[in-house]
Amino acid sequence: MVEDRELLRVENLTRIFGSGKSQVRAVDNVSFSIKEGEIVSLLGESGSGKTTTARLILKLLPPTSGKIIFRGRDITYVSSRKELLNYWREVQAIFQDPFSSFNIFYSIRRVLNNALRLVSESISREEREEMIKEVLLSVGLNPAEILDKRPYELSGGQRQRIMLARVLLIRPKLLVADEPTSMIDASSRAGILNLLMELRNAYGMSIIFITHDIGLAYYTSDRLFIMNSGKIVEEGDAEEIINNPKDDYTKKLLEDVPVIHRKWEL
Amino acid sequence: MGNLLTATGLKSYYRTVQGEEIKAVDDVSLEVREGEVLGIAGESGCGKSTLASVLSFTVLPPLYILGGEVRADGNNILVMDRETLRREIKGKYISIVPQGAMNSLNPTMRIKNFVIDVLEEHFSEISKEEALQRARERFEALSLPSRVLDAYPHQLSGGMKQRTVTVISTLLNPNVLIADEPTSALDVSSQKIVIKLLVELLRRKIIKSVVFITHELPLLRHFADRIAIMYAGKIVEIGPMEDIIFNPFHPYSRLLTSSVLVPEPGMKQKKIEAIPGVPPNLKNPPSGCRFHPRCPSYMEGLCNIEIPPLIEVKEDHRVSCFLYGGKNG
Repeated sequence: MVEDRELLRVENLTRIFGSGKSQVRAVDNVSFSIKEGEIVSLLGESGSGKTTTARLILKLLPPTSGKIIFRGRDITYVSSRKELLNYWREVQAIFQDPFSSFNIFYSIRRVLNNALRLVSESISREEREEMIKEVLLSVGLNPAEILDKRPYELSGGQRQRIMLARVLLIRPKLLVADEPTSMIDASSRAGILNLLMELRNAYGMSIIFITHDIGLAYYTSDRLFIMNSGKIVEEGDAEEIINNPKDDYTKKLLEDVPVIHRKWEL
Repeated sequence: MGNLLTATGLKSYYRTVQGEEIKAVDDVSLEVREGEVLGIAGESGCGKSTLASVLSFTVLPPLYILGGEVRADGNNILVMDRETLRREIKGKYISIVPQGAMNSLNPTMRIKNFVIDVLEEHFSEISKEEALQRARERFEALSLPSRVLDAYPHQLSGGMKQRTVTVISTLLNPNVLIADEPTSALDVSSQKIVIKLLVELLRRKIIKSVVFITHELPLLRHFADRIAIMYAGKIVEIGPMEDIIFNPFHPYSRLLTSSVLVPEPGMKQKKIEAIPGVPPNLKNPPSGCRFHPRCPSYMEGLCNIEIPPLIEVKEDHRVSCFLYGGKNG
């Protein structure tokens, strides 16, 4: 599953918002790398800089300083439309807020057709329709019910599934999943995560989960990066961190998560 | 100890303009006992927030109460007139922290002015200074900085806002506090602080019991005494916390408890399964047991026809499922 080839590396990535006194170092000198087929989590509470890191990797936001290297190539300053499209063919995202991720005037059929067009222009209309139906079924949606609807007619959970369907169509090398199950009930969360993990097993896709849900991170990831105030404070094997956290912040975080086997002293 | 609230056969439906009914709470009976934390858990859309509205008398159209009663102090509160309810019951006997309450603080009002409003409404003779003094003492007793009172809501963090709202809701020492998903928008550290505050309120006897509504079962493990599991507008199982978490009877409770993801050693090796299917549309809930279309133990000819009654399977532990009897009454 996890190959030894490096897929993405970020070096001393920094992003500063604002200036002067109100300056915020949202991402502060962050470095890490991900291998092909690896699943990692950037774990932190609100305001830790994890979503900003995701936006930097996705090239939706320019960094203040630092480097992003994808498959051996420095893409930090890539900016032409053509090159960006090429990058996004290989690096895709699922966002936290499915309410603002889709054009409200487009039907789901159009959204998914556009996704397929990003992959290849040469697929016939009938083939596209078939492929779309297939992926919708695999994310647990009924194509007949969904295809002609517009995003505002769907629930939060359904929209997150549509985002998953897009990923299944595009099959990127790297998926950045920013709180992908925050709108989905605990009872179906595991289903979505299992589906993502199967994608890794089947196509060797790498995944970066951006999350505050330690249970999710631990269940899915090979390695964890714990973020606090824009910095990575601890990183390592998921099993190792959960069993034996070293950093004080990580310890506190793990203590505050409600688990089953140990009861809080209140 | 006695019951502070007893609900029997509660029915509460939403009515749409088209005349359709959404059966959000359908024949629910439960009691809230003195001194306990009662957790109510279930998936989104199972009617748990509607139940909170009914129990706290904050029912507004298009939600209507169609039947049942809620007894507090021997009176059926559902038939009381609005004015008595507002003066005698709301805030004093039962108080609610609604979902998202922390975002409903008036952004242009300092917290203290809000507090003064609340107290003046209930004690017409109270002066501003007295009201403020009372609030300040309460904040300090619960180790919240009293400077919060001088702040505007946007100056407070999410966790602080939620604690502020909770303290204000309990200023009148209500017997029952109903908290609807009070920690869902908070990160884990703030969540724990809010839970600590609720436990502290109970310990100091400021409130006598808490009804805690959540979709997160692992959280209830830490401070609930009993848990009720709701599915599609009905309670399918209710019993002591340890029983429900470690030894649930109802197939739905079993699936729900086994679908939780918690960072515990060894969990990574297990494959966590989701509950197949989606919760039903409450406009037309399934016949018989509402869980039957998703149930792994579904019995054709029984579960899809008859509604399983809530029957006692162990001491103080009731389940609504034909696997444990209950056929033909």
